Amino acid sequence: MKRVFPILAVLTAALLSYALYEALVVAPTEQTMGDVQRIFYYHVPSAWTAFILFSINFVASVVYLIRRSNKADIVALVTAEVGVVFCTVVLVTGPIWARPVWGIWWTWDLRLTLTLVLWLIYVSYLVLRRFSSSGQTPLLAAVLAIFGALDVPLVYFSIWFFRTQHPQPVIGGGGSIDPRMLHVLLINWLAFSCFAALVCWSRYYLEVLRREVDETLALEALLEPRGSQTRTSQTWRAG
Amino acid sequence: MSYLYAAYIATWAIHVGYLSTLLRRYVRLRNEIAEFNRREAKQ
Repeated sequence: MKRVFPILAVLTAALLSYALYEALVVAPTEQTMGDVQRIFYYHVPSAWTAFILFSINFVASVVYLIRRSNKADIVALVTAEVGVVFCTVVLVTGPIWARPVWGIWWTWDLRLTLTLVLWLIYVSYLVLRRFSSSGQTPLLAAVLAIFGALDVPLVYFSIWFFRTQHPQPVIGGGGSIDPRMLHVLLINWLAFSCFAALVCWSRYYLEVLRREVDETLALEALLEPRGSQTRTSQTWRAG
Repeated sequence: MSYLYAAYIATWAIHVGYLSTLLRRYVRLRNEIAEFNRREAKQ
């Protein structure tokens, strides 16, 4: 990891810079919305990336329930955490786009509300994982993740099957998009997907390391003679 | 144009904020490992 990671990080940074240049300079200006439409090149790829991460979280949670695999548990935790970050970007950039276009920051539209619910579900998932010290926490979290993942298709298809204020999907939804805009959108999605993969990778190794340290310290505490234990379980869980 | 910049800056502020929490957790973990190694060396 030590050799490959910096190379991939530099490549991803270059790709993100190129994607930013494409979004701000190369992409044509939309006729009715003007430059504010360029928010779309960050908003939509972030949403797609979040959906992919939550889908991986769903698969990892199912695998954990079947096999009780430690790796699957870590993958579920990592993808939920990074997915929440991308979902936060979606919930922040959406209202910034809506204010000049719709005249309001927020409306309780079906897609917006379902996206907020999705974010809340995964935030509660992370809160559960962070503050519960029960041995059953990974199991409970896996079940919660499976219920949470049910919201992903609801969010995605809400604009297909219901009349909402949110714009129609740009791909496969009957709407049309300028090929140059589609090109910029896909480059930004590729850049954010690479970025998300790198962040997940580093977070995965951080979690593996943290669990190893926890296990070592717990073992040390068990082997220490009674009365000389200075660490508390709270200290081991730090990080 | 200000809304566009606000959205892009907010996006990167969120990502940088998250990356800095990861870095902080990593530093804390390294300190724990170093402290553990020091105690092992003493014993």
